[in-house]
Amino acid sequence: MLRDPSICAGCRPLWIGKPRTVREPALPQAKLAPIELALMNIAPKSSFVLSRRHLLGIEGLSREEISSLLDLGEEFVELNRQIEKKRTSLRGRTQVDLFFEVSTRTQASFELAGKRLGADVMNMSTSSSSIRKGETLIDTAITLNAMHPDILVVRHQSSGAVELLASKLDGCSVINAGDGAHEHPTQALLDALTIRRNCGHIEGLLVVICGDILHSRVARSNIFLLNTMGARVRVVAPSTLLPPGIERFGVEVARDMREGLNGADIVMMLRLQRERMNGSYVPSVGEYFHYYGLDEKKLSYAKPGALVMHPGPMNRGVEIDSIVADGAQSVIREQVEMGVAVRMAVLEALSRNLPNA
Amino acid sequence: MMLSDRRPILLANARIVDPSRDFDMVGDLLIADGVIREAKKGIGAAGVPEGTDVIDCRGKLIAPGLIDMRAFVGEPGAGYRETFASASQAAAAGGVTTIVCQPNTSPVIDDPATVDFVLRRARDTAIVHVHPMAALTKDLEGKEMTEIGLLKAAGAVAFTDGDKSVTNAQVMRRALEYAGDFDALIVHHTEDPDLIGDGVMNEGEFGARLGLLGIPKAAETIMLERDIRLVALSGGRYHAASITCGESLEVLRRAKDAGLNVTASCSINHITLNETDIGPYRTFLKLSPPLRAEEDRKLLVNALASGLVDMVMSDHNPQDVEVKRLPFAEAAPGAIGLETMLVAGLRLMHAGEIDLVTLLRAMSTRPAELLNLPGGTLKSGAIADVIVVDLETPWVLDPGELKSKCKNTPFDEARMTGRVVRTIVAGRTVYEYV
Repeated sequence: MLRDPSICAGCRPLWIGKPRTVREPALPQAKLAPIELALMNIAPKSSFVLSRRHLLGIEGLSREEISSLLDLGEEFVELNRQIEKKRTSLRGRTQVDLFFEVSTRTQASFELAGKRLGADVMNMSTSSSSIRKGETLIDTAITLNAMHPDILVVRHQSSGAVELLASKLDGCSVINAGDGAHEHPTQALLDALTIRRNCGHIEGLLVVICGDILHSRVARSNIFLLNTMGARVRVVAPSTLLPPGIERFGVEVARDMREGLNGADIVMMLRLQRERMNGSYVPSVGEYFHYYGLDEKKLSYAKPGALVMHPGPMNRGVEIDSIVADGAQSVIREQVEMGVAVRMAVLEALSRNLPNA
Repeated sequence: MMLSDRRPILLANARIVDPSRDFDMVGDLLIADGVIREAKKGIGAAGVPEGTDVIDCRGKLIAPGLIDMRAFVGEPGAGYRETFASASQAAAAGGVTTIVCQPNTSPVIDDPATVDFVLRRARDTAIVHVHPMAALTKDLEGKEMTEIGLLKAAGAVAFTDGDKSVTNAQVMRRALEYAGDFDALIVHHTEDPDLIGDGVMNEGEFGARLGLLGIPKAAETIMLERDIRLVALSGGRYHAASITCGESLEVLRRAKDAGLNVTASCSINHITLNETDIGPYRTFLKLSPPLRAEEDRKLLVNALASGLVDMVMSDHNPQDVEVKRLPFAEAAPGAIGLETMLVAGLRLMHAGEIDLVTLLRAMSTRPAELLNLPGGTLKSGAIADVIVVDLETPWVLDPGELKSKCKNTPFDEARMTGRVVRTIVAGRTVYEYV
């Protein structure tokens, strides 16, 4: 479903009336079933969407790589809305989802993405209480190597852990599903796809990211992606939740929501972990919500119709008010939908670079 | 373990550099009975006792053996990381003829019997000299001072809590006062643990990009500043174990200008590497204190050249793969350095950042003076701790060839120019590169 373009601030007039998701097939439609049509659309336009083996982060990806991943994702959105969602590009491939940190939505999203592309998907969750973290990481890599997975989706609580694991594996593609406070590339891609579908473009938009930037891999990946795509990025947070040197990331910095949200096309809220609200980083939930929680009043500082985003899971009443989270400007549910599509695009793109592909 | 007996040795036709007296000339050095007989031009094969080994050292450098002020050796308690035997082999290969080992062992070196154990164990197994530092506080807890007088009498050359800081200013003040009565040197790791918090590398843009929590330079400078004020209050001989940033240099300068009995070391890592060398989460470069930015590294080198920083130490800290092949935040800090300290320093010399005499002084003469140890000089009558160094030959460091039990070197596959070709301890050759 396309949103009414008029509610999205910052859209370019030329886009209005020309929805991107409807493609005119170059081939005669009459003899093809919808699923076949979808398959044809997804056929690679160039042989390299992504000229690398792993997706460990957004930093270092080119504008072309990001754009082509988004293009591919966009086509999967259409596929996912059909009754027949199954494709075969990963048939015979084994995808292992290895989550060292608890996750529901990301893991489900990757699982579904893999299954829709025809891969055999295995989920491995390791609760941090039952294993000694890290010590098992190399062991796990050795064990997994012996099972010949083709694609490994990894989430880990330590920055750099996914890269470490990738360096110990051969013959398989590793996708970073979030490592510590470092990167969460598929989240940034799904956010970008959501923005692009709603606004038609990313370049020139003012995207404001609010909340716990310091500990956020979502913020880092988004900053890298949005900068690469030519958006303006501003971060808003209390000083205790801003990383040192943040101004050198190519972002504007604000400590106040009124100033920070001024002129925003997109408002991206971040989750604040419970353990950081008890006086260690901010004094209390109440004070945090008062100054940094997104409610209708604060949202009114942004451009009219600005999009509201959140990577989830939300702390309602902490960083975001329910009225805003469920309101007309919220695209939070759409982000989840884009998540599956973008992950399919990443799986598809990486699988093309696998040996014997 | 000795490669040869104590026959006299003549090291001939070498460039002889003695930083203890700004001596730099081409000549011969004669060693007999474990001491340096003389170093001068033209001793020649004719002027030596019968049975002397005459070694032609044309094109090579002769210098005093290095004295490493700060090296962790696993004994007692962590022999799997390093023993006196393995540490001393690494030291000999790196031109280090005296190791000063650290007390953060298990058990902690905090009573005279343990000092005695270390000295005996080292005497029986090590091929270089070993002197222990003893703990400053019991069990390194930072609460009660150790038996400083008795420990010193037993052979402890200085007092330190290793890689821990004494956070209680009262404890530190009294330790400084009391140690002052025994003319005992206090060596302190200056980092405020609360300000370190969960930090794992230098605080700044690079760490923020890696998603790693930072350790601010202020964690070090605040502790150093506090210590300097306590020295001003209570006297005592104080040595900052490892300083890493320009702000600390300012504090040090003020302390020295005020005439306080304060000295400081830098680790070889902090003068040759910076935080960006961590690159893609290389845990062998996770150190405590952390590597800083390039501008701080340059300031440290300048301070070394000017003499503000007194010495360079290896901060040798062997860690096995179990605690290093982990995600960066979970990995143990530390790097080995005994074997690479000199060659890493030579990189600075070849790059024109520091001159040879200053480098050698900071690694030999100055530690000898501060710790009242023999060595660090080539004067006649001094103990014959001597190294012969090839300054020119390029090579690539292969961690597999290092003698240390652990291979956690930050110079993995680094290009080096020059190496130690012979190490002589008390007149015996204990290492020879062939």
